[in-house]
Amino acid sequence: MKRLSLILVLAFVAATLVTAQDIKVGGVGPVTGEAATFGVSTKNGVMLAAEEWNAKGGLFNNRKVRVIFEDDKGDPAEGATVYTKLIQQDNVVAIIGTVMSKVTLAGAPIAQAAGVPMISPTSTNEMVTKVGDYIYRACFIDPFQGTVGANFAFKDLGARKAAALFDIGNDYTKGLAENFRAQFLKLGGQVVAFEGHPFGATDFKAQLTKILAGKPDVLYVSDYYNDVGLIAKQARELGFTGPMVGGDGWDSPDLVKIGGNAVNNGYFTNHYAAADPRPIVQEFVKKYKAKFGAEPDALATLAYDAANIMFDAIKRAGSTKGSAIRDALKTTNLNVVSGQVTFDANRNPIKAAVIIEMKDGKQVFKTTVNP
Amino acid sequence: MKKFNLPKLLIFVIAFYAAIQILYSTEIMNGYILHIINQSLIYVILAVSLNLINGITGQFSLGHMGFAGVGAYVSGTISTLVFKINPSSPNGMLIFILAIVAGGLAAAVVGFLIGFPSLRLKGDYLAIVTLGFGEIIRTVFNNIDYVGGPRGLLGIPKFSNFTTITIAALITIVVIRNLVESSHGRAMLAVRENELAAELVGVNTTRYKVLAFVIGAFFAGIAGGLFAHLLQMAHPTQFGFIKSVEVLIMIYAGGVGSITGSTIAAFALTFLSEGLRIGIRAIADATGLPIGGEWRMVVYSLLLIFIMLFKTEGLMGTKESKLIRLKEVE
Amino acid sequence: MGAIFNAQQIVNGLQVGSIYALIALGYTMVYGIVRLINFAHGDFYMLGAYAAYGVFFAFNALFVGKTGLMAFVVLIASMAAGGLIALLTNRLAYKPLRYKPKLSSLITAIGVSMFLEYFLSALPVVGPSYRSFPDILPRVNINLGNAVISNYVIIDIVIAAVLMVGLTLLIKKTTLGMAMRAVSQDKDAARLMGIDIEKVIAFTFLIGGSFAGAAGLLAGMTYPRIVPYMGIQPGLKAFIAAVLGGIGNIPGAVLGAYIMGLAETFASAYNSLIGEGIAFAILIVVLLVRPRGLLGEKFADKI
Repeated sequence: MKRLSLILVLAFVAATLVTAQDIKVGGVGPVTGEAATFGVSTKNGVMLAAEEWNAKGGLFNNRKVRVIFEDDKGDPAEGATVYTKLIQQDNVVAIIGTVMSKVTLAGAPIAQAAGVPMISPTSTNEMVTKVGDYIYRACFIDPFQGTVGANFAFKDLGARKAAALFDIGNDYTKGLAENFRAQFLKLGGQVVAFEGHPFGATDFKAQLTKILAGKPDVLYVSDYYNDVGLIAKQARELGFTGPMVGGDGWDSPDLVKIGGNAVNNGYFTNHYAAADPRPIVQEFVKKYKAKFGAEPDALATLAYDAANIMFDAIKRAGSTKGSAIRDALKTTNLNVVSGQVTFDANRNPIKAAVIIEMKDGKQVFKTTVNP
Repeated sequence: MKKFNLPKLLIFVIAFYAAIQILYSTEIMNGYILHIINQSLIYVILAVSLNLINGITGQFSLGHMGFAGVGAYVSGTISTLVFKINPSSPNGMLIFILAIVAGGLAAAVVGFLIGFPSLRLKGDYLAIVTLGFGEIIRTVFNNIDYVGGPRGLLGIPKFSNFTTITIAALITIVVIRNLVESSHGRAMLAVRENELAAELVGVNTTRYKVLAFVIGAFFAGIAGGLFAHLLQMAHPTQFGFIKSVEVLIMIYAGGVGSITGSTIAAFALTFLSEGLRIGIRAIADATGLPIGGEWRMVVYSLLLIFIMLFKTEGLMGTKESKLIRLKEVE
Repeated sequence: MGAIFNAQQIVNGLQVGSIYALIALGYTMVYGIVRLINFAHGDFYMLGAYAAYGVFFAFNALFVGKTGLMAFVVLIASMAAGGLIALLTNRLAYKPLRYKPKLSSLITAIGVSMFLEYFLSALPVVGPSYRSFPDILPRVNINLGNAVISNYVIIDIVIAAVLMVGLTLLIKKTTLGMAMRAVSQDKDAARLMGIDIEKVIAFTFLIGGSFAGAAGLLAGMTYPRIVPYMGIQPGLKAFIAAVLGGIGNIPGAVLGAYIMGLAETFASAYNSLIGEGIAFAILIVVLLVRPRGLLGEKFADKI
């Protein structure tokens, strides 16, 4: 009995010695469930970044990063469990996650209370980073993209009558649509229809028929690419020929695959243009394609950026202490795929937006909008 | 004359509570395990209360999480938006308890409304109506900006902890068990076994069906309130159809009509779903297979099918543990 | 109000309804025979769509210029996939529980549904991402003056009608149909009459599953985007449609499906933010007035 416990203790010590080199970082995303496609992109982005850092010799003192990626199923309850697991069971030093605001908002208070810094790649709800000083994000917040989209529609496209369509169950798409409406009205435009659809819908014609009866000049669609493709197709089928405007949810190679020609004359706000000649952008797109066999979508890009921001902060902190990493995050000034990133006082990134036009089934860089 | 075996159950629960507290405070057990236990206990409340409706009274409800949603939103509104309490505010605990009870009562009122269709509808037709009610409740939350709409009700203070949740689970089990063993419970079982025959022997079936919905909904509301104050948020998607199905699985996997079964299944399935995270990672590490979290639910669903194929009556059948069985006294 | 109740919205509602109808037909048929809410039915629909997708890309090169033939092959593939998986599910998961409490089969059905979704999603060749469904037939919009209708809508409606009539004839006119009706009314008596119950049930699953598979193909063509979770919502809606029409009743399922489609469309057009809620409220009211569905028969309760 004594010998057995001695062996166990030795094994435990040996295990800690071996793994002490690795820095454990948590990753969270919905890799199963109805948002799984977004979770998988996110996981790919994080894993690619970790691989690159490890190929370069790790974060600091030759210590490599080991990402423990957990599934939250897009469910807040599951999210809270996963954050607790990563912090209490796996003792991660930081967390990259998660995708949906509602789940991030269940996880953030846990990370904040435990003093574990976290960065969400894609949670756009303003409340997320207000949870506390350990919580950062890599994406725009809701008001920004909606406002930029409204300005573009009104000023550049010359639209005076707009309509919006969004997912009623998704705060990201609703938030963008609401902010679009507010700004468009402020500019003196008219919003002739403001319509929602349930999550998972495939037929949007009831809403589109009503929208088109108001004869809008522009249609603001703040959904993700999978819905946008169908919406565009159905809107064109019903005879709408005007421009459509949306947010970064459009950014995916699948947008054109699903929507075909219908997405032409579409514009969306995004973090970067895939054709941007900056080497970091071209490198990322190339590596991602080689590894995962598909072009990255916005979620993969932001996850990659979020991971790089976090790894860079850990490196600069030169420590695995939560407060040290948090302080390093605060002074981030890093060139990532979506641009040069610094953080404002609310831990939101300050970075420019670009507007991309869909032309002949291709993304064409249109203009840059500074915050 | 039968008397409820309270002391034995109480001793068991106190021992369980003390053991967990000791393990946690000595850091043998980490906060992750404690969190799973808390969640399991909330599922115990949900499963036992749904068992009253589905298992004991034989009504087919598919909208149980809708009741939990009402409890979560009402209690969350009271604690967060009206009184703006936090764990350090004076009377915070008192307001929290009142908020939770208010959430339960609000859910009971909704349960009363949903109980009515059960007077006219049976089986699958009733299932559809309860499902529809659940979805309507979700639509309502989604459209009230005061409680956050699709952003969810945020910033709910964290009052739920192991102690409060254990007490609530114990009360639920005791109340529902006593009810089942009372003459009311017998009447409910009669409704399940044969409604027409029950009616003919003078059971007021209307009253018992509605009663089952009201009491079941009340405890579901309590569970929803506790959940909201554990996660510090409530979101419409947490209370949809798929979540109701999760609770449904627990009562059938545990054994229809068995409170012990529901309790064990709530723990077993919650721990199973978490255990698979670790299990699958271990397999991936050991074999080098490129598998990850996406296989967890594949295994979970297969296990569920196997449980139903090889243990068709559920883990406990209709049996009860000695701890909550009633004993004959002179 | 002009944008809410007009010819275009009626066309929209009919289109939504015809997809529901195709799924609901199989749903109600299986229910009529085995009294099981087959939660996995929506997943047979999903499998039909994926089978069509796979077969199209595997063999498209062989059928250049023969669009009609390709469409036929794809239809057979989707029906075969839905039907065979339904048959297999029945054999492995439902048959062992045939004489056990009904609700244990229900939980098994939920398990099968979860398994099919999560398994395909985890399988690297399928994966959880959305795939764009190819235009197997050319897409043509027909202008009716004050409404636009796509040729797919017409195809959906025609196929739903043909299948409904075919199924009714099968049940009313053939020996197999007679056996099906016998099994649905009284299993034990049917067995005493020499009917091989399991064979009849297996056949029911085969037909029901193949209908779901065909529906998956049509949905994929109409709404060109497929994903392993695509069967959940339509499956649920089709189930509701079947119940609304009177579960087990073939014309009832089609009627229920079109009512659901139209109700959803008008409710969404009236107020899209609470459209789903309104549709469910209508459903509840209808069921309270007609507790056995619109065309369901009234049975006397037996003691």
